[in-house]
Amino acid sequence: MVYITRIEHFNAAHKLFNPKWTKEENQVVFGKCANENWHGHNFELHVTLTGSPNPETGFVFDVKKLSGIIKEHVTEKLDHKNLNVEVDFMADKICSIENLVIGIWNQLSPQLPTEVKLHALKLYETPRIYVEYFGGK
Amino acid sequence: MSNKFSVYRKEHFNAAHRLNNPNWDDATNQKVFGKCNNPHYHGHNYELIVKVVGEINPETGYVIDMKELSTIIDTHVLEHFDHKNLNEDCIEFKDLNPSAENIALVIFQKLRNQIDSALDLQIRLYETERNFVEYPHTI
Repeated sequence: MVYITRIEHFNAAHKLFNPKWTKEENQVVFGKCANENWHGHNFELHVTLTGSPNPETGFVFDVKKLSGIIKEHVTEKLDHKNLNVEVDFMADKICSIENLVIGIWNQLSPQLPTEVKLHALKLYETPRIYVEYFGGK
Repeated sequence: MSNKFSVYRKEHFNAAHRLNNPNWDDATNQKVFGKCNNPHYHGHNYELIVKVVGEINPETGYVIDMKELSTIIDTHVLEHFDHKNLNEDCIEFKDLNPSAENIALVIFQKLRNQIDSALDLQIRLYETERNFVEYPHTI
């Protein structure tokens, strides 16, 4: 099996906020990330597929097509957006990168043909903070 | 030959902003600023490089004490801008569009007051890995 990764990026605003808690409780748990007026990041997304190279093309999957799928189903929904208020698949979720990476997985996995498998997502919030997700619980 | 050195301190802050000119209508703002005009804001990981140029102090061997420079940047820039909405939370941008150019200008003005006038100062501000500005201009 070969693993192939496409890297994309998007810039967005968000805040960490649990609507069940008071403003003070949110401040205690999320600190400056709870700023009511938002803050933002340059997010970087690594999408890794796995499969066997197709004998006709040599590709596990056409990365140009993968880029198009990521753009249509992920980055066009997230880039230069407010993740808390403008993104349908994040509605009613706390806007952490943990929840965001699961949301992105659920956007992408139905779009891929059966001959390849979505292996991993790596989502950077800053150059120093990232999450990885391999699907499942 | 000049005995001047350039020393650099790198810092970062994360903030939301939007580009908007209140003198224009929505359609004009959208046309000029595109997706950066989104009324719900977007955001960046800003990376700031502060360059200080001067001669070495013979007593310390420093152009400037980097720890002091770090504290000045922290107090006068990062505490104002980190995890903030530049348009909504920062008085500096009440009447100034928070483009990378204007953010660099504001940072320069804040730091210039805090650093010995015998030392030259230049700001490089990265809005993304691919977009960055410098102020003042040098060739």
